[in-house]
Amino acid sequence: MDPVLLVASIMVSATPILLAALGEMVVEKSGVLNLGVEGMMITGAVMGFAIAVSSGSPLLGFAGAAVSGAVLSLAFGFLTQYLLSNQVATGLGLTLVGLGLSALIGSNYEGQRAPALGKLDIPLLGDLPVLGRMLFSHDIMVYVSLALVAAVWAFLKFTRAGLILRAVGEDHASAHALGYKVVRVRLAAIAFGGACAGMGGAYVSLVRVPQWTEGMTAGAGWIALAIVVFASWRALGVLIGAYLFGGVTVIQLNLQAAGTTVPVELLSMSPYLITIIVLVIISARGAQGAPASLGRSFHASS
Amino acid sequence: MKRRTLLASAAALSLIAGSAFAQDKPKVAFVYVGPANDGGWSQHHHEAAMKMKAHFGDAIEVIEQESVPEGADAERVLTQMALSGADLIFTTSFGYMDPTINVAAKFPDVKFEHATGYKTAENVSVYSARFYEGRAVTGYLAGAMTKTNKIGYIGSFPIPEVIRGINSSYLHAKKANPDVEIAVVWLSTWFDPAKEADATQALLDQGADVVLAHTDSTAPLSVLAKAGAYGFGQAADMAEFKPEPRLSSIIDEWAPYYIERVQALIDGSWTSTNTWSGIGDGMVGIGEFTGPIPEEVLATATKMKEDIASGAYHPFTGPINKQDGSAWLAEGEVADDGTLAGMSFYVEGVSGDIPN
Amino acid sequence: MMRLEKRPQPSGYWTALTPILAVVLTMLVGGVMFWALGKPPVEAIRTIFWDPLFHPQFAAYSRPQLLVKAGPLILIAIGLSIGFRAGIWNIGAEGQYIMGAVTGAAVGLAFYPSESVLLFPLMVIAGALGGWAWAMIPAVLKTRFGTNEILVSLMLVYVAENILASASANWLRSPEGMGFPGSRNFKQWPAVFNDELIANTGMHWGVVTAFIAVIAAYVMMARHIAGFNVRLTGEAPRAARFSGVSPARIVFLCLGLSGVLAGMAGLFEVTGPAGQISIDFGSGYGFTAIIVAFLGRLNPFGILAAGLLMALTYIGGELAQLMLGLPGASIQLFQGMLLFFLLATDVFTNYRVRLVRREVA
Repeated sequence: MDPVLLVASIMVSATPILLAALGEMVVEKSGVLNLGVEGMMITGAVMGFAIAVSSGSPLLGFAGAAVSGAVLSLAFGFLTQYLLSNQVATGLGLTLVGLGLSALIGSNYEGQRAPALGKLDIPLLGDLPVLGRMLFSHDIMVYVSLALVAAVWAFLKFTRAGLILRAVGEDHASAHALGYKVVRVRLAAIAFGGACAGMGGAYVSLVRVPQWTEGMTAGAGWIALAIVVFASWRALGVLIGAYLFGGVTVIQLNLQAAGTTVPVELLSMSPYLITIIVLVIISARGAQGAPASLGRSFHASS
Repeated sequence: MKRRTLLASAAALSLIAGSAFAQDKPKVAFVYVGPANDGGWSQHHHEAAMKMKAHFGDAIEVIEQESVPEGADAERVLTQMALSGADLIFTTSFGYMDPTINVAAKFPDVKFEHATGYKTAENVSVYSARFYEGRAVTGYLAGAMTKTNKIGYIGSFPIPEVIRGINSSYLHAKKANPDVEIAVVWLSTWFDPAKEADATQALLDQGADVVLAHTDSTAPLSVLAKAGAYGFGQAADMAEFKPEPRLSSIIDEWAPYYIERVQALIDGSWTSTNTWSGIGDGMVGIGEFTGPIPEEVLATATKMKEDIASGAYHPFTGPINKQDGSAWLAEGEVADDGTLAGMSFYVEGVSGDIPN
Repeated sequence: MMRLEKRPQPSGYWTALTPILAVVLTMLVGGVMFWALGKPPVEAIRTIFWDPLFHPQFAAYSRPQLLVKAGPLILIAIGLSIGFRAGIWNIGAEGQYIMGAVTGAAVGLAFYPSESVLLFPLMVIAGALGGWAWAMIPAVLKTRFGTNEILVSLMLVYVAENILASASANWLRSPEGMGFPGSRNFKQWPAVFNDELIANTGMHWGVVTAFIAVIAAYVMMARHIAGFNVRLTGEAPRAARFSGVSPARIVFLCLGLSGVLAGMAGLFEVTGPAGQISIDFGSGYGFTAIIVAFLGRLNPFGILAAGLLMALTYIGGELAQLMLGLPGASIQLFQGMLLFFLLATDVFTNYRVRLVRREVA
């Protein structure tokens, strides 16, 4: 098995879930649990594809996917933040809406071919003997996703806005008392999460497969939710988690292709079991990994 | 006790249904497991249904239902179709087998046609295509076109139909290239574009340069197009991938069968049948050969197709050994349909184990 | 400007009115959608909401089918609602439903082809235990380590799905299935077939159990000390602790109860309407039940109504596909809209909308 090709394949396979999970992590950091990732991803997948096909530009497709993911997520934001609906139920509803909507929009785009997103050949680095092919000859979105990981990490750790976001997620009542606009912060986080999920979906329809087919994200949004937990709400953890989850699939398929008999089901469930174990370890240490206000509605009653 | 309730309910249901037969225009129904525009299996049944409808024009009425899960929901959908006055119902996926049999027992006056199954009844026919005949041709092309001597095969579930396809592909690839190897990846799904794409990539990474798919989407061809490797249309012609990476295709030609069966319904000559047709009967179509296939390969592939169609050649003609080296077919011996229908072993030369 | 003011008690008037308002809104917006798809809007709406109940040709069949479809939803949602009342978020009912079906089916198939009358009750117990055991994992982890039950129960759904895949392709596969995935069909095994108890009513054991569960849940929540403790834990956790309610016991009670009910729902489904363990047996009932629990306002009788309404949109949606050729996706979107409008209008139940003049500082 060639490790160079393997790593390169894992990076492509993991990018959609990396993007979606990163967005969802920011949402959860602000104290909101949006279970509608799958719905936003599939909407991003169809909108990204449609825009890329009609404009001829894959990058415009990604931009459109981000916008449509964000718009859809704001429907969730409006319901949960202004009308104080239950986040779990609203998120599930968002998934239903996204799946239905995308299938209706996409019915004209079945069987079409998308414009290809070219590989970004980085001079010098791309010519390195092993690492060049492994790490430095991908398309631009792979690097965008990695850059976003770094940006989110820095944002949460070093900026004042990041601090406010975390404060809102940990204790919305205190944050409100300190004068922070809880609802606005959360809406911004939700929109960011929607945009990331939309781009993740577009990566499936524009690069990984590349075509539009109804229901094509096939549960990737739920995996993204698992990754956030696995990562215990840290940007670097999301990166590791996405590559681990993506890696298990790719390695399993490669082992089969290399003629090895593998217990497919055991391998496919292993990332989830590892996630539970990680979760137990975090909570056993006494540190609550999850933001304290996660999933609770906020209403300023004063 | 239970049996009596069942009979009572059957009687009640057929009474209700009886009123629906007042219209004289025959009503033909289709149930699909996927969306009617999935680009593969379901879409092809849908297109065949539309061709059949065009053939009969106003003489019949066609109703369809897409994305019907196999299991409890299928049984309800079939019953509703029967109640809505359908005279003939085509259930186009293997998983509808038991629901079809169950509903057919309640509606003795409604006729059913189940694709790819093996259970029949007075009012239930089964029909399937000898896809392995098409696999022989595409397998031969794959063997001739590989430069790495390795071809990939994406399998859905380890069922006889898929195992036949793998064996047929391998045997004929070997006729073109004695050094060829086949790598099989099982996905446990008929339709998951992202997973199919990943599997194609994995096969390419493992050195295969021609990939045959036994799943329903066009995702493998999309990946092969990017990589400059070769593949084939599956179920549909997948003409949007001409001339490359698609070299040819195995096309499910259901329309003639649908027309024939509906005609039989109109004539009142419909009886329960068990149809397993191949290239010769026109149920399996071989799509146009495209791409850089050398002349002599083209000639052999075309002749193979014609010989299979005429019955001069059977894709499983001995000598063939099983994977463990034990003899299966002697020199010149031809596989019988019973063994083929339940095929659960690889032929000699295919590496790896069938799951379970 | 407008502001929301929390009501001291949910408004009974609005509780009754919002579902109707939401259905009307869905009909209006859904009608526009159907019109945009080039289908007759009024006919489409009538087909979805009216025909399954009153159409001369279909109603005799689809009315009982409403019960068949609603049964598992109600059964699971009842269990979930008790946990939700206590602030315990089991969103992995789908996994418990699958595990109940797999365990129960495995126990039954171990005795194939026994005709004993004891076998079916034994399978029901096994199914209940399977669901219970699966729900106990998040319960134990929560009480022992304080692990978040939302996430653990969700993760376990995927583990259960893989166990289901392996069961249907491997260790529960029918030896007579010619290598095709899927277990033996329980419908062809009279001793364990969960058939309709009275012909053409749709009433199988699962539906009966669902009705019993509705009444039992009502009695428990309204009359019994356990129900009081559950509500107290949800509404005032500190007060509950002071009055001696053990939070751990509430966790075990709530998760255990929802696991048992979801497991039983799975068993009744696999031995009845579904008929066999197959790869796509998990048809999302566990997730849809969360929606049903909220539509029913976590109230047992509300859940009964919500489960029936949800079933109506499924069956009516199928009829609309059949008779009007509506795309399947539009039905999904329609259901999503219904849920959104219900959640949106719910705000009137718990909050009063006040128009206030902006205060001058």
